[in-house]
Amino acid sequence: MATLKELSRVEERFVGGHRLCAGCGHGIAVRMILNAAENSNVVVGCATGCLEVASTIYPYTAWRCSFIHNAFENAGATISGVEAAYRALKKKGKINEDFKFIAFGGDGGTYDIGLQSLSGAMERGHNIVYVCLDNEAYMNTGIQRSSATPTGADTTTSPAGKVIPGKQQPRKDLTAIMAAHNIPYAAQTAISNWQDVHKKAKKALEVEGPAFINVLSPCPRGWRYNTPDIVEITKLAVETRFWPLFEVENGKWKLNYKPKKYVPIEEFLKPQGRFRHLFKPGNEHLIKAIQEEVDNRWLALLERCGETPELPPR
Amino acid sequence: MKTKVALTGNEAVAQAMKQINPDVVAAYPITPQTEIVQIFSSFVANGEVDTEFIAVESEHSAMSAAIGAAAGGARAMTATSSQGLALMFEVVYIAASMRLPIVFPVVNRALSGPINIHCDHSDAMGLRDSGVIQLFSENAQEAYDNMIQAVRIAEHPDVRLPVMVNMDGFITSHAMDVLEVLDDETVRNFVGTYVPEDYLLDAKNPISMGNFDMYDFYFEHKRQQVEAMKAAREIIKEVGKEFAKISGREYGLIEAYKLDDADVAVVVLNSAAGTAKGVADELRAKGIRAGVLKPRVYRPFPQDEIREALKGVKAVAVMDRAETFSTCGGPMFADIRNTLYDLKNDIKVVNYIYGLGGRDLRLEHVEQVFEDLENIRKTGRVDETVKYLGLRD
Amino acid sequence: MTPYNPFNRNFGSGTRTKAVRPDMKWHEMTRAGNIYEPGNANTYETGDWRSIRPVWNKERCINCLLCWRYCPDASVIAKEGKFETFDYKHCKGCGICAKVCPVNAIDMVPEEEIEKVKEANKDEN
Repeated sequence: MATLKELSRVEERFVGGHRLCAGCGHGIAVRMILNAAENSNVVVGCATGCLEVASTIYPYTAWRCSFIHNAFENAGATISGVEAAYRALKKKGKINEDFKFIAFGGDGGTYDIGLQSLSGAMERGHNIVYVCLDNEAYMNTGIQRSSATPTGADTTTSPAGKVIPGKQQPRKDLTAIMAAHNIPYAAQTAISNWQDVHKKAKKALEVEGPAFINVLSPCPRGWRYNTPDIVEITKLAVETRFWPLFEVENGKWKLNYKPKKYVPIEEFLKPQGRFRHLFKPGNEHLIKAIQEEVDNRWLALLERCGETPELPPR
Repeated sequence: MKTKVALTGNEAVAQAMKQINPDVVAAYPITPQTEIVQIFSSFVANGEVDTEFIAVESEHSAMSAAIGAAAGGARAMTATSSQGLALMFEVVYIAASMRLPIVFPVVNRALSGPINIHCDHSDAMGLRDSGVIQLFSENAQEAYDNMIQAVRIAEHPDVRLPVMVNMDGFITSHAMDVLEVLDDETVRNFVGTYVPEDYLLDAKNPISMGNFDMYDFYFEHKRQQVEAMKAAREIIKEVGKEFAKISGREYGLIEAYKLDDADVAVVVLNSAAGTAKGVADELRAKGIRAGVLKPRVYRPFPQDEIREALKGVKAVAVMDRAETFSTCGGPMFADIRNTLYDLKNDIKVVNYIYGLGGRDLRLEHVEQVFEDLENIRKTGRVDETVKYLGLRD
Repeated sequence: MTPYNPFNRNFGSGTRTKAVRPDMKWHEMTRAGNIYEPGNANTYETGDWRSIRPVWNKERCINCLLCWRYCPDASVIAKEGKFETFDYKHCKGCGICAKVCPVNAIDMVPEEEIEKVKEANKDEN
């Protein structure tokens, strides 16, 4: 595992001067992923969303590599087209250099509107890495619920109202859906665990064929926590087992991190404004239900990973 | 070397694609275009082309992947029809705005609903304002010829725009026709090797494409697209002349059939032009000075050529195989009337909507149109501006 | 590609294109809105978004570079594996660097205090 001393010598590919909000998780995640690509030639594809609008405001681009944005729902298809062009031109001797292909999409562009395009690209076996920057809602349009939004979250289209307390449906398990494509590599990671992100990005870039990484990348505006606390909040998502770190390599499921003790879900929910309504007296059952969902998903994941399905000691 | 062969329109287009041998084709099956992707897939499977074929999961992804490939520096193509074109609507605009020379046949078919699989032009007309060049083909020969020329038009440095090559679903796509095909080497030399200017896979010059363009620059980039379209008018003519040298068939922006001394004329796209020409011949034998104008290029709109061709005519019928639901007639009607306005010479222009959902256009329908025009010419009176042909009314 | 220099202040321009300026005519702009200068966003300054700035304490710093890793704006500049400086032209003052620092070697100081110090220094001079 490379140290930060070594990694910091790699040339920056995503530069300052982009217009993501202060403290945005995406800037951190993108820098980590591109850093793992080291000095390879890279083409980045990007779905419409915060990252795209903030990084390529004409005539400025924050990308120090080739970049293409097409539309919201087609980052998968677009990058597969670029990759096919690469294979064609390489075969015909029109280009000599090697390239890596990385597509970024938010959870809206990946879990929802871009799912078909991504599924197609994965099934066709293009040699690409698709990175979902999951901040659990449509942040670019102003915090609307997506299928990545967790149960109970207050968003502008799943508002915590007098009758309905936030989003009523559980989060879609996209990483498992991607793994079900029988691609060589699918993984879930979080920016709090930079070594995990780095390792997974490296593996995804090295593997022959399609790879998918789902990165938990918080949005201070949408989650409503204290901006500097991004690493802490992401760590809590991992420690409460709300966002487990795992990978599926050639069909083999592996858990990458097992919390030592049982951290209740309240620890993750409490610092965030989007869950504030859950802590009103009389709403205890809502938190209990979320805890049950988290525990059940955790046990199912352990089973898939061939581990003893048990909760951490309390 | 030229060979006479019997092919359907779909086969002829697939043949042209084989001879062009693009770097990347991304396509999805849809009636009545399906044969094109099927035949092309077999060329790939049998090693007759060295194209990377992407069998995408939708037409939206077909055009999206073609955009990715073209942006990557490849000569890229797709093919579609009707609902497929409607599904790719969004990305066709993007292909044009990114100035990517993607050539794509569209086998014209009615748009749902109700669902229907037969010919009309509602699919192509839906994309007429997207910024792509639109060529129309009367028969398999023209579809074949247009495909080959489209590559040169699209890739011209002053143009760099997608080109949609239209032909009528079933009528042209599935009917066996006799046409002349060129040999592979002639086509290869004619289309030449694609040299992209700005492309993602240029390792020495990384580029950002598809950037966020706000109110301070978007307008200017749109204006650039208009300029490319203007340039295309000339380039299409140049390429048409050059194509004549290898094929003996010259193409311009329009085909003016017996219009020099015509009193009455019909304006019509694609296969129905053949029917109209036949009727015009019949009428000429009877002493009626009838003519036909067939726009080969619909976008950019050949306004000068049309004005010139129709300036001596007394009455014109524009035949539209698509509705606009404006209640003021079809899409081409509006363009033609607009074009003739500046002549200030009181040409009567009427509109006929015909053939929706594959309704047959019969000789007697066109005869009726010419008869109406003759009446208008004689009386100077138009009773009804927009009429429906072959409708049960 | 020229080597990356975060302090390049050459507005939007590069080797292949002239700077795109608001007074340019439509035909002078790059075609299709393509951008030919990778990373030219570093000529756009986001430092004025900041109301509070990170200040490095050299004595305390152990050069672990967690601040470099977690800066969303690539505004922690490392050199030869060590903390070099903050890029205040781009730092938006999010405060993540100070928070992740394990030895409290980064203080977040309100910009008005920085201004006051500057003013005071000016007066003394």
